[in-house]
Formats: sequence, structure tokens, C-alpha cells
Amino acid sequence: MMLMKRRDFLKAGAAAGALAALYGCAGMGKASGHVVVVGGGYGGATAAKYLRMWSQGGVQVTLVERNPTFVSCPMSNLVVGGTRSMEEITVSYDGLKNTWGVRIIQDDVLAVDPAKRSLRLAKGGELSYDRLVLSPGIEFMWDEIPGLDSTAAQSAILHAWKAGPQTVALRKQLEEMKNGGVYALSIPKAPYRCPPGPYERACLVANYFKQKKPKSKVIILDANEEVVSKKGLFTKAWTDLYKDIVEYRPNSEVKDVDVASKTAILEFDKFKADVLNVVPPHRAGDVATRSGIKLINDRWVDIDWLSMESTSTPGVHVLGDAIFPAPTMPKSGHMANQHGKLAAAAILNLLSGDRPSPTPVLMNTCYSFVDAKNAIHVASVHQYDPATKVVQPVQGAGGVSAARNEIEGKVALGWARNIWADMLT
Amino acid sequence: MKLLPAVAGLGLLAATGFTQAADPNLARNLAATCANCHGTNGKAVPGAGLDALNGIDKAKTLQKLADFRSGAKPASIMHQIVKGYTDEQLDLIATYLAAQK
Repeated sequence: MMLMKRRDFLKAGAAAGALAALYGCAGMGKASGHVVVVGGGYGGATAAKYLRMWSQGGVQVTLVERNPTFVSCPMSNLVVGGTRSMEEITVSYDGLKNTWGVRIIQDDVLAVDPAKRSLRLAKGGELSYDRLVLSPGIEFMWDEIPGLDSTAAQSAILHAWKAGPQTVALRKQLEEMKNGGVYALSIPKAPYRCPPGPYERACLVANYFKQKKPKSKVIILDANEEVVSKKGLFTKAWTDLYKDIVEYRPNSEVKDVDVASKTAILEFDKFKADVLNVVPPHRAGDVATRSGIKLINDRWVDIDWLSMESTSTPGVHVLGDAIFPAPTMPKSGHMANQHGKLAAAAILNLLSGDRPSPTPVLMNTCYSFVDAKNAIHVASVHQYDPATKVVQPVQGAGGVSAARNEIEGKVALGWARNIWADMLT
Repeated sequence: MKLLPAVAGLGLLAATGFTQAADPNLARNLAATCANCHGTNGKAVPGAGLDALNGIDKAKTLQKLADFRSGAKPASIMHQIVKGYTDEQLDLIATYLAAQK
């Protein structure tokens, strides 16, 4: 293990020379040290690449990721709906390793010791760091839906809200469902990962039913009082395209399930489905909640918007869906990528003895498909406000599509190819 | 939730202009916010349907952005995004991207 690590470091050193040649010498390039990144999703992978790129290889980066490949949550509803394959949403970590000299360890992190600046790996061993980036995504709060609090229950009633085996399994359940069956999707109260995602999923499952199982229904059990994102556009899609298929029920929080009968239990009501898809409420991923880092509402990490550094725990920067969001900021892959760049820039300044930039800017774009070809977007730009010390949405900027259209369907697929390359290639 | 009026927000940014000029990585950091769609350092994935921005003459990029802002150039999304940046920020971004090979 130690030998392998040393060899990887030597390789990383060789790559540093190549990087300097590739990228010239625009920055100061005096940052050095070792940054460990935990979680290779939209936030962590971006941070790892940009730390290497912007330091011209001067900073060593180790990425700890439990999965062998990156599987994208954005676009995974197309797999659920049957118009795209898992291969099309899966990207290798080889680019990070070979092009950027990121050392990759496939493992889980058990716990972080911020005082010692080290962390323990599940397969054994410790890693020490100068700066730590946690991009742990979300963990489901199973205790909020007691009937789902077992492995057996979770393999029968799926969330498919982390792309991977659950995506494939949900697709299989839909394929096996009879024509005339009922698919029910429950949405937790906001904030949750990917605000438009559930409504997109409802559209794409309805699109599948319309073509292959037209007597079937899609029932949306939304804990929120109204559609959380792109409301007018989704509502119009349900009316125009899926009139006899989609039924939207607001204020319908799922409190429990009966697994055997696939029944969702609401406060005053029950709902039996053929395929029941429950997205439980979530909080920051375990590695963040286990490390003594300050949380807000016991769920989301409190961070400093100039650096993404925890307000309680020096040296630990937290990205993506795990953080307490700024006003109107969605928990999205696009935003996590932007967090990764903000953190990378701040960490390089800090490792060089400088302060983080005082004027960070973040922007977001989320595309949603309403059928196999037509998409809609929501966009926003967020600028740091020194008075509130939070990034605030710029009024008058951003917005949603005028109407669903095929151009944005093409752009959405182009967005995916570009952001995956921006993170991983 | 109280949002900053856009004018006040822009005023604050203008007031901290000297800080921005003193931050040697500001242009790089701002341009990185474009990379999700337009590629790292503006090098978009070929054939993915989004414009590459690297090595484009600064004046040309700024004119394109101004046309998105005014509506002279039709857009699906850029007319909304461009309004989130100050003129000074757009200038820094266009300058940085023009210098990328």
C-alpha cells in the first residue's frame, strides 16, 4: 500500500512538469502541499482537477472515491425513462489520474480528525492533509420513513436519487410493470438534491408509458405545497403531453411505507402503487456529519462563502449538495462544479499564504427533459455580498425557458459532455 | 428571504473595484464559471454544440455578450446569464479567454 502510494506520487510529480508545459505560467504557482478530496462527484472531481491545473502540478491531490467510475445523476432520468443507457452517463476517472496526476484511492472514509489533519480509510490506513475537501453528497434520513429503514426494504422501494445500481433497478421495475399499472413518485420537502429532478422523472416515465404502456399512470406525491422548480413549464408539459397519465398531488408528504403492498402512507391517506419510488428527505453525506463539523438544522454544513471552508473546522472545505445553500441556490451538479472551482482557487491562495479572493461569483444552469427530445432550463448567477457575507442571486439575471424546445434538448446533452470533460478530462 | 436590490449589489462591486484589480487570479476564476458549458479555459468539447471561447478576439466576445444582453442576438439562455455579471467582470473574462490557445 505505501509503496503503491509512493509510486503514484512519483507519477504525479512527472505529470507536473507536463502540466507546466501545457498551461504555461499564468498564475503565481507557488502553492504547494497535499490536498485530500473526498468524493469524486461534480464537486470533488472538479476541485481535484482545478487544484492540479491551477497549481501547475505544485499541489499534490489525492481523491478518495468509493465507486470505480463516475455515474452522472443529471441525465440519469433519461435512463429511467428508457431513452439513454448507463454507458452514456458513465465516465472514467482515468483522465484525472493520467492527465492531471490526481492520485485516486477507491475506498470509503470512516472519519476525519481535523485536529490532526488526517482521515481514516475503511480498508485501513490513514491519510494526512494540509487542506481537506469534502464533497460527500447526500445521505438519506431513513428514520423519517421507518418502513424503509432496512436493506431489504431499500432494494424493493427504490429512490434512484443517486445514479448507479438504483437507476438500473428502477428502470427494470418500470419495464416489468403491467400496462395499466401505477407508478408513484414521492418528493421530500425542499431543500433536496436537484429541485427539478423529480418533475423531470415524472415526465420521462410518462413519456415511456405513453409510448409503451398507455393505460398506466404517473402519480406525483409532493411533500411541497407546489412544484418547486420550473412550475409553469412542467405543469404545461403534463397538460399538453401527458394529460391522462400524470397526476400531481401537492401537500402529500410520505410518512412511511408498507413495503409488501407497495403502499405509501401519508398523514391522512394511503396510496398503493405498482412501482413505488420514494425519495426520502436527505442531509449532508455521512463523512461530513461524522467529523464534528458544524451543521445547520442538523442537516447541512455551514460554510464560509469566500472559501467553502467550514465555519467551525479550519482546513476542511465542503462542497455541493452537502452544504447549507445560499438564497435561491439549488443543490445541483452544475453548482457543485462551481463550488469546486471556488474552493480550489481559495485553497491555492491559502496554501500560498494569501487570502481567498474577496469577490467570488457562482452561476447555475439546470436542464430538464420533458420528453426524449424537448428540454427546459433554469439559470441563475450569484455574486458575493460583503454585507451579508453570502453569495446572493443577482436580480434581473437568470430565469427559465420561454417554452420547451428541441434546441435546448440538444444543448442539454452538450452541457453534459462539456461539464463531464470540465471535471474529468 | 431578503434579496439585495441589483443596483445596490452593483454599487458594492464597483466600490471594491480596486480589490478586484489587485487579485491576480480574478479573471481566471471568473472565466472558470463559463467552463461548465464552454469547456475548461473555453475549449469546448468538439461536436457537442456549444461555442468554444478560447482564442477569440476580446472585442468580438464582448460584442457578442452585449448583443445577448440587448436581445440583438437571440439566445436560449445567455441573455439571462450575461445580466448576472458586471461590465468589468465580462471584460476580464473576455480578456482571459482571448489569451487561451
